[in-house]
Amino acid sequence: MTSTLTAPHAIEARGLVKVFGDTRAVDDLDLTIPTGGVYGVLGPNGAGKTTVIRMLATLLRPDGGGATVFGHDIVDDADTVRSMVSLTGQFASVDEDLTGMENLRLLAKLLGHRGAAATSRATELLTAFGLIDAADKQAKHYSGGMRRRLDIAASIVVTPDLLFLDEPTTGLDPRSRNQVWDIVRALVAAGTTVLLTTQYLDEADQLAGRIAVIDHGKVIAEGTPGELKASVGAGALHVRVADPERRPEAQSILQRHLDRPVALEPDPAALSARVDDAERVAAGLSALSQAAIDIATYAFGQPTLDEVFLALTGHTAESSSDPDHPLDSQHKEEARS
Amino acid sequence: MTDTLAPDLAPADVDSILSALASGERPKRPNALSVSITHGWRALLKIKHVPEQLFDVTIFPIMMTLMFTYLFGGALAGSTKAYLQFFLPGILAQSVLFITMYTGVGLNVDHEKGIFDRFRSLPMWRPSAIVGPLLGDAVRYSIASTVIIVMGLILGFRPDGGVVGVVASVLLLLVFAFSLSWIWTMFGLILRTEKSVMGMSMMLLFPLTFASNIFVSPDTMPGWLKAFVDVNPISWLVTSVRGLMHGEASGSDIGKTLIACAVLVAVFAPLTMRAYRNKA
Repeated sequence: MTSTLTAPHAIEARGLVKVFGDTRAVDDLDLTIPTGGVYGVLGPNGAGKTTVIRMLATLLRPDGGGATVFGHDIVDDADTVRSMVSLTGQFASVDEDLTGMENLRLLAKLLGHRGAAATSRATELLTAFGLIDAADKQAKHYSGGMRRRLDIAASIVVTPDLLFLDEPTTGLDPRSRNQVWDIVRALVAAGTTVLLTTQYLDEADQLAGRIAVIDHGKVIAEGTPGELKASVGAGALHVRVADPERRPEAQSILQRHLDRPVALEPDPAALSARVDDAERVAAGLSALSQAAIDIATYAFGQPTLDEVFLALTGHTAESSSDPDHPLDSQHKEEARS
Repeated sequence: MTDTLAPDLAPADVDSILSALASGERPKRPNALSVSITHGWRALLKIKHVPEQLFDVTIFPIMMTLMFTYLFGGALAGSTKAYLQFFLPGILAQSVLFITMYTGVGLNVDHEKGIFDRFRSLPMWRPSAIVGPLLGDAVRYSIASTVIIVMGLILGFRPDGGVVGVVASVLLLLVFAFSLSWIWTMFGLILRTEKSVMGMSMMLLFPLTFASNIFVSPDTMPGWLKAFVDVNPISWLVTSVRGLMHGEASGSDIGKTLIACAVLVAVFAPLTMRAYRNKA
């Protein structure tokens, strides 16, 4: 599979399959991830993101297909793969009973640092990640953002060639999220390839050079954020009118000015449209006010993950929990980080 | 110790992170023993932070020894003091063997918390994540043994085997406890919840320890039960521990006990490691 003469890709996966019970969590998935930069894997809960990562990090054996990490097979050469990758799971995988310092010293020792070297490496990382003041507190007393940083610090005790970050910002407040983003950018600047899974399009957009969108265990779209957004329309306009009675009128006015179909949302006062031209949006909105249709709220921004999904799959992210796709058991597998 | 931390004001510093990344070269891969000891060190750190967990190795054995000695001693052996000479080595074995089940429970909890994923993704000798905690447990077993023996001495237990005999008997017990623990590590990885691990361990430990020669000599038992007691490895262990403590150990009992240890490890260590590898 890796008979190429050029430098191997960070990851090359072909036909990966993982089955839990009667759910195909990962279903014939192909993925090629170049060395360097951030590669985003985008998908809703239960899409199979975590399962893919766990296979690539040698924690789960694929039921079919195969993959290589920097040219090394994830099954036959798992030990070499482990020496090149690091994993930060969806839930902070630190020992909550231990202090931040003890957690990092533990990892440093397990990786081969001796007593004093382990302590100095741990101190260096705690300082860099702004945790030195909490070094002697048990991790269970850390905030979510601190725990996440400790977790990432634990992943780079030895600088990995490839770092898996599984939903690193899920559940974090915006400031902690920005800090994690800064850390990811620093990692990339230092030459580590990062595979990042996320449910948030803006996160993938902020960080990733390329994105794969996964649904039902398959890659349904792949490309740069620009390419992906171009396929969905650059932005989305959401309007809520004050008087639901006048929504049909608003729909036709907007449709005329935007030159795009305008959809009626389940909310009886809401409309939405995919638009990529801000001037047309401004024109449409002012046309509404000229027609004396009061606007309660409006928002114009990037398409949401839902809209990307709608465009790519014809269904929204949430509706992937349709009955013929038993997500519950898979959720459980995914939740076990 | 339980105060919440001040608001998280110290941000991560990108420049220091870059320099930390630049100095993150990989040290020489540690050997199997050294990673196992590191895992054992983690177990001891947990005792430091959660000292309550030492209740099972201190209070519980004291309770058991007092209760059985004074409840049954007079009736079974004429006097509590006479019973204690027979019973103390047995209750020592039982107490330590009961503590072994927490190994499986702890492993199960670790897995639920996700830290096992990190261990499993490290390039290290894989059994160390299991062997290490078992080494740490040896410390707990030693504490329990010391507590029971000291209490026995206070109550009037007089081992004829002297210090050497007592130390040798505790060492044999530690080896057996280590070997038996592989059953619980396997259950710890296979069963879903910590409660089911606990339940399964109890279900095996109760009959195995009570249907042995820990409490009474099997001579008065019905034939079928005596037959079981005679082939129960825990009886071999207890006979050996008793023998060593009283300076009348037989090589064949110790030999049988050690063979039982070897069989336990040979069967359950591979099963545990298989469960560890395949854990979803």
